[in-house]
Amino acid sequence: MSTPARDRVLVTGTSGLLGRAVAQLLHDRGYTVRSLQRSVVHDPWESVRGSVADPDVAARAVAGVGAVVHLAAKVSFAGEWTEFVATNIVGTRQLVAAAKHAGVRDFVFVSSPSVAHFGASIAGAGAGTADPSRARGFYARSKAAAEELALAEDSPGFRVAAIRPHIVWGPGDTQLVERVVERARAGRLPLLDGGRALIDSTYVNNAAEAIVRGLERMEHAHGQALVVTNGEPRPVGELIAGICAAAGVPAPAFSVPGWLARGAGSVIERAWTAAGTRGWVHDEPPMTRFLAEQLSTAHWFDQRHTRAVLDWTPSVSIDEGLARLAEYYRGRS
Amino acid sequence: MVAGTLAASPSFAAGPWPDSFAAEPWPGVRASWRRTLAVPSTASVDAPGTSRQWHFLDNAGDVAATGMEPAGTLLCVHGNPTWSYLWRTFLAGATSPAVLAAGGPWRVIAVDQLDMGFSERTGTFRRLEDRITDLSDLTAALGLAGPVVTAGHDWGGLISLGWATRHRGQLAGVVLTNTAVHPAGFSLPPALKLALHPAVHKWGTTTSAAFLRVTHGLAQPALAPAVRDAFMAPYRTALRRAGVGNFVADIPADPSHPSWAALDSVASGIRTLGVPALMMWGPKDPVFSDRYLRDLLGRLPQADVHRFEGASHLVQEDRDTAAPAFDWLAKNVIGGAFDGRTAGPANASRPGPGPGGRAASPASASRPGSDAEPFRPMLAELDSRRDDHSTAIVDMVPAAGSAPYAGRPAGPASGGTGGESNPGFQSVSWAQLARDVDDLAAGLADLGVRRGDRVSLLVPPGITLTTLIYACLRLGAVMVVADAGLGTRGMSRAIRGAGPAFLIGIERALAGARLHNWPGVRVSAGDFTPATDAAKRRLLGVAATVPELLANGRVLRLSEAAPAFEPAQPDEDAAVLFTSGSTGPAKGVVYTQRRLAAMRDTLKATYKLEAGTALVAGFAPFALLGPALGATSVTPDMDVTAPRTLTAAALADAAAAINATVVFASPAALVNVVATAAQLTATHTAALSGVDLVLSAGAPLGEPLLAKVQELAPRAALHTPYGMTEALPVTDISLAGIREAGAGNGVCVGVPVSGASVAIAPVNPDGSVDPVPTTDAEVTGEILVRAPHVKERYDRLWITQEHSTSIPGWHRSGDVGHLDAEGRLWVEGRMAHILATADGVRTPVAGELTAEQVPGVARAAVVGVGPAGAQVAVAVVETTPPAKRSGLAGPALAAQLRAAASGVGLELAAVLAIDAMPTDIRHNSKVDRAALAAWASRMLAGQKAGRP
Repeated sequence: MSTPARDRVLVTGTSGLLGRAVAQLLHDRGYTVRSLQRSVVHDPWESVRGSVADPDVAARAVAGVGAVVHLAAKVSFAGEWTEFVATNIVGTRQLVAAAKHAGVRDFVFVSSPSVAHFGASIAGAGAGTADPSRARGFYARSKAAAEELALAEDSPGFRVAAIRPHIVWGPGDTQLVERVVERARAGRLPLLDGGRALIDSTYVNNAAEAIVRGLERMEHAHGQALVVTNGEPRPVGELIAGICAAAGVPAPAFSVPGWLARGAGSVIERAWTAAGTRGWVHDEPPMTRFLAEQLSTAHWFDQRHTRAVLDWTPSVSIDEGLARLAEYYRGRS
Repeated sequence: MVAGTLAASPSFAAGPWPDSFAAEPWPGVRASWRRTLAVPSTASVDAPGTSRQWHFLDNAGDVAATGMEPAGTLLCVHGNPTWSYLWRTFLAGATSPAVLAAGGPWRVIAVDQLDMGFSERTGTFRRLEDRITDLSDLTAALGLAGPVVTAGHDWGGLISLGWATRHRGQLAGVVLTNTAVHPAGFSLPPALKLALHPAVHKWGTTTSAAFLRVTHGLAQPALAPAVRDAFMAPYRTALRRAGVGNFVADIPADPSHPSWAALDSVASGIRTLGVPALMMWGPKDPVFSDRYLRDLLGRLPQADVHRFEGASHLVQEDRDTAAPAFDWLAKNVIGGAFDGRTAGPANASRPGPGPGGRAASPASASRPGSDAEPFRPMLAELDSRRDDHSTAIVDMVPAAGSAPYAGRPAGPASGGTGGESNPGFQSVSWAQLARDVDDLAAGLADLGVRRGDRVSLLVPPGITLTTLIYACLRLGAVMVVADAGLGTRGMSRAIRGAGPAFLIGIERALAGARLHNWPGVRVSAGDFTPATDAAKRRLLGVAATVPELLANGRVLRLSEAAPAFEPAQPDEDAAVLFTSGSTGPAKGVVYTQRRLAAMRDTLKATYKLEAGTALVAGFAPFALLGPALGATSVTPDMDVTAPRTLTAAALADAAAAINATVVFASPAALVNVVATAAQLTATHTAALSGVDLVLSAGAPLGEPLLAKVQELAPRAALHTPYGMTEALPVTDISLAGIREAGAGNGVCVGVPVSGASVAIAPVNPDGSVDPVPTTDAEVTGEILVRAPHVKERYDRLWITQEHSTSIPGWHRSGDVGHLDAEGRLWVEGRMAHILATADGVRTPVAGELTAEQVPGVARAAVVGVGPAGAQVAVAVVETTPPAKRSGLAGPALAAQLRAAASGVGLELAAVLAIDAMPTDIRHNSKVDRAALAAWASRMLAGQKAGRP
């Protein structure tokens, strides 16, 4: 086996908004990109099709690359625990093992701040340590377990860093923006407690830059988990109103007490999961306990350490991001 | 007493002990501290040859581990019903890095008294004398050598002081927390009386754990369950509580009690200890209240005092007392003080002016030196005008109102003309005032007011108050001036804290004194009507009235029975004033005669206030200075508790009454004067046109408002000084100066006044202060003040005083600001209000001023949310019309405010609309940003926010 080229990078999960942005940015910066995703795509770079959970696919994907950026994950507010285990935990373990075996030098695990969010408010805190036993919801728990096992492999010969972008959004985002816009358009989007919880978010380009910086600054970043945000916390109601305004839909006009939503979220979540296994529903539940907590408690972070380690500051402000979002929606209408 | 002996044997005693091998047998206690020792007893209650088993906490191991020699031993004695656990923070703090750096570690020994804690249950009834002997037996057995500082809480205070009187050669200092040495002259507190009552005593203290539970329940805030359990640990059974009951039964309620003699001997013996003393007090204690603190201060006048407002009996649990105690030890006991172990020297080296917690920083460079101008007493001007029959003071009184100064006919003052709306006034000449002041001083002396006694004056500004003030200055009594602007609760706290021996007030104030049980012999400012006299005197508990004292003093002086008044000593206390309380409980601020005189001289020099000046005193602190300045003064007709009630007509009437040349007013008063300007008549306008100086003191006033004031007083120079209760004034700026300075980061308050200097202690990115003063332009930091008229010290707030003088030679104002290239000072807010953001320190004022320019915003405050160093800025606004519900501001308003703040370099994370800001009562202008920041944090965390 030849020595992997340092400027050859495997990016997994490129069908998502952020994965695609990372691959594009690496490509633009002159890296040789290979992507791994489950769907068929036509990209200006080499592409491997399949699941990370498949050892053969993983082995093929990492062959000959010097670095891996691992974004592929099951991201959902609902679903069966076993699905999260298969994709997020087993998938990560397979890919890490394959990469080590293939002599990959650097591994960026893209994680989530929710791995260290235990339901209480976070106001100006650092990243915190991932804890699968205390993280809230299947997604966060499985990501916490995956981050733990990835960082445990960190060594001088196989450097691992975890980057945790917080609430990524931007044009074309189906995870947050589309859901907000759809529900607001249907008049089904409430604010929790008047939308006053202060939350951090990350414009997609900034998140992509931070991840690439994680690769470039691996010497400083390895062994660490770094939360990445725009560093501009906003009340959640104001952020949602901004997204609605950009998409030209009315902002939420009614508010639900946070305690009620958290309680109702638990019930709806269980009902939706049960209905899903019977094939009655195929979409995401309108509210889950995890989502209610995310929307009704503060979670914003101290970015000083992250910015020092990555030697990076976000290039797109929230206001600029909202302007780009508005432009995107104007172009679509 | 088999059971008792068994209780002390290790096997039995181990029962209630948690795992001895645990690192922390109880929260905050290291296992290595625990020691037991068999000690031969010499107590008279024990047969000769008896040995007693002691349990105590001892940090000797920690001290040895530092490799340093201990500075001394702190011998800590608990009271009833606690145990050595109470002193755990002292053991932990004794070897902290700060303590090591300040002079070395302290060995701390905290004992469990016999029959208490985990010491032996002796089965005997040990009285005070026995307990003092017990403690002496223990220290002898330990072979305690070198300097010892005793520390005592509750009845442990008395026992520790008993030990101190028996070990004078070794004693280096005493520390006391919520204790008492003598109930003589006081009745026992009701709670203790009840506990002593035979019907409840045994049940309440021994049979049940009620006494323990009640005591533990006093903590403010409540004790953590694990801590409460630890306090209860040695007293789980009635058998183990026998000592608790006996302790209570040994309190000598009267001279027939067997322990009375021992108590008496300790209480008088401590007067000659001659060592530094520190008293840390929780004033909410229902038993060991402020009265015992005052009693102790009478016996240990050299003591430094810190009252933790809001703390209660278990003050060690309620507040950090260990760190200040070691700081105090380093400054007062280590290096030198111990050399003066005999009675006298320590006192002599501490020229404290009587009770009150003298500042421990004689090196304060702001003290006017001997090379300064010679001291001219506050009374000098008045004394020089004994034969001057021109008007000294005028009171404007409503036509229908009753005269507050009985016995003085209302009539036209010499200089006044009186407009058509003039309701009438009263006046006194300089000669009358000088005579009245002496008469009243003689009358007060006859009532028992002595030099150094504190006299609380609860009288509105005017002739009576002025006469009282100068009578106090004449006597050398210390006036305590807590104004109604503090609100009833704030006033209550202030008066209790200052602890006056006398309280002189108008009827309403006396009713308050009675209702809230304020200390001090009560004197009424005015006479009562004959019909109600007897009833009211009884009801209000009044010892005399001011007119009576005046008359009595006059008779005494005419019959030459009054003692001559000694001239004022420059460095004796003269006054206790109070901060506005907008940043926590109001703080008492002590001025000496010298510093008051310096305040007079500063005003005089800065504003050219010569004799012949006629001033309208609409701002309380300056009102008292009229006679000292030689200026004729008038108090306008207004409700002094609400400056906003001053109308333009009332101001003009007052000005007309004395042909005023100078007006002192608060900003709130001037706002209303401008608002009511339409009611002015031609006579009024003429009176105001004679004014050549208007001084707006209290809070900064904006240029638009000053411009309107200028229209009313076209010839006047408009000035607004900057200052604080601790230093008044510091800087000054005129309307022209404000216009010249223009907009900037903060409020431009001008240049230092005569005799004052200002510097900046730069603030670091994490919000801490670099203690190196600079006068470089554009450096933001804490504003430092040096002037002869800066306060002497904070009153009974030793910790606060130490902080305020921690940058040598300067008073730390707690305000933040910067100097510009022209040497002008710009105030950017309070230090406590700075925002330590990830991009560095930001101050709120510039953001607020620009936010208030946004249409629809009535008032704005910018606060920081989040931990220091990573805070984000949040704007909180009052809108017009006011928000019905507090919450996020609308998106349009939020966007406008973001843009405005961004223009001055402040990025807002959120904009909240609030129905009403929390403000201080005195000025209704200082927003309580600390409360607001906490409220904003709750709002933005999605928690129940309640009210700020």
